[in-house]
Amino acid sequence: MKEKITRQEVRHVAQLARLELSEEEEKQMTAKMNQVLTYMEKLNSLDTSRVPHMTHAIQLQNVFRPDEVLPSMDREQILANAPECDGVSFLVPKVI
Amino acid sequence: MELEPVIGLEIHAQLLTKSKIFCGCSTAFGASPNTHTCPICVAMPGVLPVLNREVVEFAMKMGLATHCTIAPSSQFARKNYFYPDLPKGYQISQYELPLAVNGWVDIETEKGPKRIRIHRIHMEEDAGKLVHDEFQPMSYVDYNRTGVPLIEIVSEPDMGTSEEAAAYLRTLREILRYLEICDGNMEEGSFRCDANISLRPVGTEALGVKTELKNMNSFRNVQRALDFEIRRQRALIERNEPVVQETRLWDVARNVTISMRGKEEAHDYRYFPDPDLVPVVVSDSWVASVRETLPELPEAKRERFMAQYNLPLYDAQVLTSSKALAVYFETATAEFPQPKTVSNWIMSELMKQLKRDEREIEDCPVPPENLAELLSLMDTGVISGKIAKTVFDDMYTTGRKAKAIVEEKGLTQVKDEGAIEAIINEILRENPTEVELYRGGKEKLFSFFVGQAMRKTKGKANPQLVNEILRSKLANEER
Repeated sequence: MKEKITRQEVRHVAQLARLELSEEEEKQMTAKMNQVLTYMEKLNSLDTSRVPHMTHAIQLQNVFRPDEVLPSMDREQILANAPECDGVSFLVPKVI
Repeated sequence: MELEPVIGLEIHAQLLTKSKIFCGCSTAFGASPNTHTCPICVAMPGVLPVLNREVVEFAMKMGLATHCTIAPSSQFARKNYFYPDLPKGYQISQYELPLAVNGWVDIETEKGPKRIRIHRIHMEEDAGKLVHDEFQPMSYVDYNRTGVPLIEIVSEPDMGTSEEAAAYLRTLREILRYLEICDGNMEEGSFRCDANISLRPVGTEALGVKTELKNMNSFRNVQRALDFEIRRQRALIERNEPVVQETRLWDVARNVTISMRGKEEAHDYRYFPDPDLVPVVVSDSWVASVRETLPELPEAKRERFMAQYNLPLYDAQVLTSSKALAVYFETATAEFPQPKTVSNWIMSELMKQLKRDEREIEDCPVPPENLAELLSLMDTGVISGKIAKTVFDDMYTTGRKAKAIVEEKGLTQVKDEGAIEAIINEILRENPTEVELYRGGKEKLFSFFVGQAMRKTKGKANPQLVNEILRSKLANEER
């Protein structure tokens, strides 16, 4: 069976997702992702040539809210789950 | 080989809605960090964004004002990237199906008007702000700006010089401000510009390798960055070295662009339609109703000013550069119907003062009605043109009306011939040497006598009368 995704591509996706994978994990992920993609391949057996392009499964459009300011959340609560904060800002490792 | 620059601009304009694009948090600038945030802003699990209708209307306005086609159906997409300025791990933007496409604006260039095509205009959310600690390997994240609505306006690569790029930027900024959908403040970042630039041999069609320039927060910097990049790329090509496709940052302190290579991951945003946001379907009637709300736009106003008020192009350009300035001119002209005089006073005296104080016309202490009153006083001869300027300075500083200042300070022009004659007699008596010299042929001294007369009357003497009387006196005695 032809590979749907290569080790190289898995490494690239991991890098984009800021994940560090060991050799072993890379191998595992490649195999697993290939399984998933092969499974999804089944969908291609359906003829969709006459089905219009759609982005959603539900027939819903133009869901809007009016331009009104609502109270924000208390900053203490917003920051409560932060791995690190100084009570005002979230603190993250410096990335430039 | 002669090379020509090819420039395209991507502009991000923050929209002046009260609330954010997908939640009810305030968009106000300058609040304490993270006080304008909610679970949607910080991407807590399970939250659902709901689109602010006003954002669609504002974006449509810009689309219509720039002759774009409004897409009957458009869709939001996720632009995936990992950086702490966006807690979701993606920015909600539009990709395959933007709201508006295929527009254009005309810009003024040295060689006359030039049409710049607009590729697309789409809606998206702004990202948060990071402040990097100087001493520790740490950054402080403020999500107040996250979710502030933006429109991105992408031009076609239709500009050939940095001047054209600046003119295009000014034109778009004017339109945005006329529409009152963006304040256009480049320094505060509510109007931002990235530039794509490449060079190609004159007469060829294919585009060369481009670089993308970022970090230019003023019109001047955009122009300087482009000029630098044109020189840099030209030098590379002339040495037969390749131009590398990359993002470069403008370094304002050193006046150079610097490569971001290695500092930035390769762009791979893996866009896909955002399942949380349903399609935006715009009917013809919605488009028509938004079109009806469009104000007279800068270009149309400029043409009208030239036709209706018989103003030169330059005056019309200056006066229509902001809606408020145009309103000021028209209000003053309605009260004092001599458009060119009003225009001259606005462009010289008024703008000089505003510029010095870095004030906008909206904050001008002299309302247009008061300027009109001053010009009437001058026109009817109550005060001289010279005095009018000092009265104007006074009006600007104190906010008082011209009449009150003129009366209080006794600045009314002296038009009484007898009074002026008496003063002139006095001057001739006091300066016998000069009179002698003048009569001996040193006619340049005439202005000396005029000056004396003005000094004695504190500038209030009617200059025509002074001239006439002086001339006849100096001549008469000669006989």
